[in-house]
Amino acid sequence: MNDASTSYGIEIKGLSKIFGPNPERVVPLLQQGMSKTEILNKHQHVLGLNNINISMPAGCIQVIMGLSGSGKSTLIRHINRLIDPSVGEVLVAGVDVVKMSQTELREFRRHKTAMVFQKFGLLPHRNVLENTVFGLELQGVPRARQLEAANHWLDRVGLKGFEDRYPNQLSGGMQQRVGLARALANDAPILLMDEAFSALDPLIRVDMQTILLDLQKEIKKTIVFITHDLDEALRLGDRIAILRDGEVVQQGTGQEIVLNPADDYIMEFVRHVNRGKVLQVKTVMEPLGDPASHADGVEMAGGTLLEQAVSNLLAANKTTLIVTGDQGKPVGTVSLNQLIGAMVSP
Amino acid sequence: MDWFWEFPHLDDDYLRMLRMVIDDSFRSFTRAYGDAIQQVFEPLRYLLLYAEWVLLNSPWPVVAMVVAALAWLASRRWPIVLGTVLTLLLIGYFDMWEDTMRTVAMILVCTLLSLVVGIPIGIIMAGSNRVQSVVNPILDVMQTMPSFVYLIPVVMLLGIGRVPGLIAVVVYAIPPIIRLTNLGIRLVDKEVLEAADAYGSSRWQKLRNVQLPLAMPTIMAGINQTIMMALAMVVIASMIGVQGLGQPVLRAINNQYFTMGMFNGLAIVGIAIIFDRISQAFGKRIQKHQEHTHE
Repeated sequence: MNDASTSYGIEIKGLSKIFGPNPERVVPLLQQGMSKTEILNKHQHVLGLNNINISMPAGCIQVIMGLSGSGKSTLIRHINRLIDPSVGEVLVAGVDVVKMSQTELREFRRHKTAMVFQKFGLLPHRNVLENTVFGLELQGVPRARQLEAANHWLDRVGLKGFEDRYPNQLSGGMQQRVGLARALANDAPILLMDEAFSALDPLIRVDMQTILLDLQKEIKKTIVFITHDLDEALRLGDRIAILRDGEVVQQGTGQEIVLNPADDYIMEFVRHVNRGKVLQVKTVMEPLGDPASHADGVEMAGGTLLEQAVSNLLAANKTTLIVTGDQGKPVGTVSLNQLIGAMVSP
Repeated sequence: MDWFWEFPHLDDDYLRMLRMVIDDSFRSFTRAYGDAIQQVFEPLRYLLLYAEWVLLNSPWPVVAMVVAALAWLASRRWPIVLGTVLTLLLIGYFDMWEDTMRTVAMILVCTLLSLVVGIPIGIIMAGSNRVQSVVNPILDVMQTMPSFVYLIPVVMLLGIGRVPGLIAVVVYAIPPIIRLTNLGIRLVDKEVLEAADAYGSSRWQKLRNVQLPLAMPTIMAGINQTIMMALAMVVIASMIGVQGLGQPVLRAINNQYFTMGMFNGLAIVGIAIIFDRISQAFGKRIQKHQEHTHE
C-alpha cells in the first residue's frame, strides 16, 4: 500500500449536517444564510456542522480539535459515512463518498478506512487475537494471512502474549492498543481516530501518542485524529483544524495556530500551551543576513523545539543559534534572547 | 331511561345469528381444508413420533447417561450432573419412566420449534419498530388468552392428538423467546455496532458477529423461559390427547387420587429443574468472557 499513502487525501467541501425530523426542508434556508439560532428556534432543527471545508493531504496527521458539542465526532463520521451529510461532498482520492451505493460504501469501509473509537468498540466475546483479525475477516483475507498480520501488529503495539485475553480482562490503555492493532491490521490507507486516547490516563495517553507517532513514520497513512486536548493536537497534528459550534474557526499547522490565533476563543486555548515544547526554531528565526557575522553560533535543524534549543545553547555557552535547512545549510539565525522571548506567552 | 340501567347490547337474535354464521363458516372451512392443513403439520407429527420412539426404545441406562453427559457438557459442574442423574433414577424407581420420556420428547420438539420460529421473528422485530408494534400485541394475546379458547379451533381443524397439543404448547411457550431475542438485540452496545459498520460489515455479518453473540445472555434467558412455559402446559395438552406425565395428573384430578397426582406432579417439577439448571449453566458458561478479571 505504499502508493496509497501518496494518493489518499481527503477533501471535505461545503459539508453541512442538520439534525431534525425534516432536514431537507431546512437545507435551502441554511443556504440562504439563516443562522444556527434561527434554525433552532424557528424550525426546531439543530445545525450540527455548517459549511465545513478542510483539505487533508495524504500521509499526514490531520487533527480536528474542538470541545464537546463542537461537532468533531459528527465530522469524522462523515468521512466513512457512518453519518450522511445534509449537503456537501467528501472526496477521498477524488471519489465522492456521499454518492457511493451501499455496496460501494461497504467495500470502501473494508479496504480504504479503519477506525479507532473512544470507548474502543471491541467485541467483548472475542479474544484479543480474534478482535484484531476482525477487519481482515470482513475483507475476506485468508485465515493464515489474517493471523500473520494480527500477530505482527499486536507485537508492534506491545501486546505480544496477550492474544488469548478477553477485552474486559485488559486495562483501558491495553484495550485501545487492541483497537489500534485492529485498525492497523486492516492495512487501509486512511485511519480515523475518534478521541482515541481521550478515555486513557494522562501518562498512558502520552505513551499511546508516542506509539502512534513512531508507527506513522513508517506507515505514512492519512490519519484523521479527533481530540479536545490542544496539547495532544499540537503533538500529533501535521495540520490542525479547530471546530466550534459546528464551524471551522481556524486551520493550519500547530505553529501557525500558536503564533497567530484567529480569535479570542483560540487565544484562550493557546494561552495555556507550553510554547517551548511546541514552537520550532525555524518559525521564530530571522532570515540569514551576512553569514560571516554569525560564524560564532551553534547549528541546529529547523525543527528543533525552542526549549531544546535553549538548553543546547546554554550547554555550549553560546548566545547565537544558526538554523540549518534541509541540506544542512544555514538558513537563518536566532539569538538566545529571541528564543526566550518567544517562549513567553504574549 | 332503560339504557342507563342496563347496558344497551346487540339484539339477542342478531347475536345468535352472528355466532351461527361464524361457526358455520368455520366448520365448512374445516371440512374443506382440514385435511390439507393436517398434511402441512404431518412432518411435525413425524418429528414428535421419532423423538418419542428414540427415547422410549433406548435402554434407560443409556438415556440416563446421555442426559448426564449433556449436563456435564453444558455446565461442567458435578453437582448439577449428580442432581440430574438422581432425579432421573427416582422418577424411574417410582415407575414414571415412560411417561417422563414422552413428556421430555414433547418438550424437546416444542422448544426446538419455538426457537426455530421465535428467534427469526425476534430478530426481524429488533430491526423494525413497526414490526415490533404489530407483533407485541399479538404476543400479549397469545400469553393471556386462556389456552382452552384457542384449543377449540385447533381441535376442530386437526382433531385430538399430538399435533394440536404441540401447537397449543408452542403458542403458549413462544412469546418469551421472541420478546427476549428482540430485547437482547436492541440492548447491544451502540459503539460496538458502530465499529462493525465502520469496518464494512454487511447486515448478516453484523448479526452473526455482533448482535447475536452480544444478545446471547438475554436469548439464553428466553430459551430457559420457553422451556419452563412448555412444561407448564403439559397437563393442559394432555386434555387433547398428548401422552406423558400430564395424563396421570389429569386422571388423578378426575378421581381424586392424591398420591398419584403428587408423584407425577413432582416428576414434572423434577424435569423442569433439570432443564432449567442445565440451560442456565450453559448460558453462564458461554458468557465467561463477561467476567471482570481486570482491576
